[in-house]
Amino acid sequence: MADQEFPAEPARFVFDTQSEAEIAKVLARYPQGKQASAVLPLLWLVQRQMARQTGSAWLPRGAMDVVAHRLEMPPIRVYEVATFYLMFNTKPVGRYHLQLCTTTPCWLRGSDDLVAACKKVAGIRAFGETSADGLFTMTEVECLGACVNAPILQINDDYYEDMDGELTVALLERLQRGEAPPAPGSMIGRQTSAPVGGATTLLDAAPRTAQPVTE
Amino acid sequence: MVKLVVDSIEIEVAPGTSVLQACELAGKEIPRFCYHDKLSVAGNCRMCLVELEKSPKPIASCAFPVGEGMIVRTDTPMVRQARRGVMEFLLINHPLDCPICDQGGECDLQDQSFAYGMDHSRYSENKRAVTDKYLGPLVKTIMTRCIQCTRCIRFATEIAGVSELGATGRGESMEIGTYVERALTSELSGNLIDICPVGALTSAPYAFVARSWELAKTDSIDVLEALGTPIRIDTRGPEVLRILPRADDDLNEEWMADKGRFSFDGLKRRRLDRPWVRRDGKLVAATWQDAFGAIAARLRGVDGARIGAVAGDLCDAESMVALKDLLAALGSQNLDCRQDGARLDASRRDFYVFNAGVAGIEEADALLIIGSNPRHESPVLNARIRKRYLAGRFPIGVVGPGAALTYPASFLGDAPSVLTSLHDGSHDFATMLQEAAKPMILLGQGAVARADGAAVLAAAWRLADAVGALKPDWHGFNMLHTAAARVGALDLGFVPGSDGLDLDRMMGGGVDVLWLLGADEFDTGRIGADTFVVYQGHHGDRGAARADVILPGAAYTEKDGTYVNTEGRVQRAWRATFAPGEAREDWRIVRAFSDVIGQTLPYDDIGAVRARLEHVNPVFARVGLKRFGAGDRGGPQGDPAALSADPFVAAIGDYYQTNPISRASLTMAECSRTYAAPRALAAE
Repeated sequence: MADQEFPAEPARFVFDTQSEAEIAKVLARYPQGKQASAVLPLLWLVQRQMARQTGSAWLPRGAMDVVAHRLEMPPIRVYEVATFYLMFNTKPVGRYHLQLCTTTPCWLRGSDDLVAACKKVAGIRAFGETSADGLFTMTEVECLGACVNAPILQINDDYYEDMDGELTVALLERLQRGEAPPAPGSMIGRQTSAPVGGATTLLDAAPRTAQPVTE
Repeated sequence: MVKLVVDSIEIEVAPGTSVLQACELAGKEIPRFCYHDKLSVAGNCRMCLVELEKSPKPIASCAFPVGEGMIVRTDTPMVRQARRGVMEFLLINHPLDCPICDQGGECDLQDQSFAYGMDHSRYSENKRAVTDKYLGPLVKTIMTRCIQCTRCIRFATEIAGVSELGATGRGESMEIGTYVERALTSELSGNLIDICPVGALTSAPYAFVARSWELAKTDSIDVLEALGTPIRIDTRGPEVLRILPRADDDLNEEWMADKGRFSFDGLKRRRLDRPWVRRDGKLVAATWQDAFGAIAARLRGVDGARIGAVAGDLCDAESMVALKDLLAALGSQNLDCRQDGARLDASRRDFYVFNAGVAGIEEADALLIIGSNPRHESPVLNARIRKRYLAGRFPIGVVGPGAALTYPASFLGDAPSVLTSLHDGSHDFATMLQEAAKPMILLGQGAVARADGAAVLAAAWRLADAVGALKPDWHGFNMLHTAAARVGALDLGFVPGSDGLDLDRMMGGGVDVLWLLGADEFDTGRIGADTFVVYQGHHGDRGAARADVILPGAAYTEKDGTYVNTEGRVQRAWRATFAPGEAREDWRIVRAFSDVIGQTLPYDDIGAVRARLEHVNPVFARVGLKRFGAGDRGGPQGDPAALSADPFVAAIGDYYQTNPISRASLTMAECSRTYAAPRALAAE
């Protein structure tokens, strides 16, 4: 009868004090009787709390029911929101959620190598799978909006830019060893989105200084 | 008023009308899938595109309000091309399984693809497939066929008042369902089948049973509850295959309750198809002559005062008037139709009908529900209350068992004493009723079917009078019945005569001969051991089990009949099939028996019985409903101060098992199991 497969759920979900403090701030933004507007931030807080408590940033169904109850809305309205947005995981994910952009710019810049590297290191075969050690889940995502520094690998909330296969292997192996992830940003040392290897234009121009206007 | 031109027809419509409605008023048919005139506008199917002058693109007419001077064209090359495009997209993922689809022949998508469909598809990729969902034992889902019009979601949320359906996922992976795979907790779930424009939601009991064009269609009345929903009975040969609602904006709009829609399989089970006579303690099959002979023999020499009759909940007025006349001929005034012991006052009609009418609920501006759970007693009427609630500014109070209704209501307590405090103004809710221009009091059978019922009735009337519910132009005192036969029986006086016995006093040997006309809803164990019981009815239920003679009658689908609903609306039902075996129409049985004992009743055809009905009570002369204000404010008999302290209890225990037909129905039994323990069905 039940074709929906629910993953093992925590027995019950209760907001911890840290989440409660955030909830109070979020709810204060909306007028009385319009609390349902806070459904996105609250779901996000659930996912954060799950990451803190279990190492897996996902939304158990019981937690969605808690949100529905808190916001006085029917549970199905919460399920609708949670399943609509890709940033909400309705199934458990690994400690490191590898979100790989495979849209055209990243793909042209070698995102296939990143995918292959992730599969090799994590030992998984396809998108959506979680590694046996529960460390990695690999997800295919659409454009992450950082095409200048393509290809991009997003791990949890951080962007690792200018990646290639070897860098990916090194990064994931580092995580496997239990070391802290490196600082996010460009992995080849370039400054933000500036040209690789330093400035390439306007090299002869003297630095501009403001000249006083003369008669 | 706004003037606009639709296909060079100039029409005037009210502001706020949509272009689609304006086109309909101009007589132009606009194809649609998501738009439904009883639901909110979604505007997501795009099938209703029309051309609007000065608009660069076609517009979705269902979601576009009319404007002064608009020039709309509904049949131009641009409109057709646009609709063809929409249809092509809808069909991209729709399976080509019409030959095995139960909606085939009555499918909006099928019909409209004749007009706007292509002869082939330009889409060569794989179609999407969607897992079927579980919505309970009544609605079968084939979700691959779904075109995501969201009518079902809107129906569940808006009309049924159970926000359990939703669209999860997005884009290509959007799916309609409950997400948690739990049966819909609605008594109106069958309507999902009607509003689904494709074959995604179909009737589970009707799956692969018949094609719509094979069925003979007969207009009738749903008698399994007292609202009298107009229905259409679809039959093939001797079998009822499905029941659908007919639309009546004054009564049911387009909706119908699940019990009336799905109980019909009970018409084929536990039927009485031949007379039976008890000999030496055992019922043995008999002929009509034997059965009549046995009754006539027992009646010989019995005093009229020792004979009684009880009418059941599903009886047509014709059979009741015939039985009443027969008892009168035998010299008896021992008649009762109130099996539940409701202390109804039959002396004036407005004491026992839903005076404001179902449509009147929309005029009311405050509601007090006493001893009733309208959700179970009349789900369609309950939907009307919800509709009124959604319109806003409608305080609802409940005195009685605190049941889960489909709208917020303040629970005022379950003791009759609340009525007193509402009357003297000491209760907070009293001001709500006082301030209302058209307050409405809804009195259920749970409030009057009890020892102090007469006092409750009088107290409710006194309260209605005190809060200004009884006015020449507004009758806010409303009785909600649970039995379809009840108002008709009261109208024709199927109650004890001046020195007649009521049901209670007929029990325990109060009469020697007791004629039960389809009466199964009281404890037959209370009938005296020596009482000779004649059971005339269609199902082998409680009454037949106790009977000494069984006369097989016809169920409501098998006879022409007149019914009076809880509003006092006189309704006609037509025969859809013949009764099984030797069973006969009920008034004819009584008429035939009267001949056997030499007291021939003076009618030979149904026209004459109806003339007799009209003679007994002129209300039967006019089919339909005429609403009256409260002319006479004098209240019913009963002392409003004699209220007991016992709390009100629900009139209906199990919604799905309230009469012999639904008790014989396998579908209803399954519903009963499913909904008795909904928690156990959770997907965990």
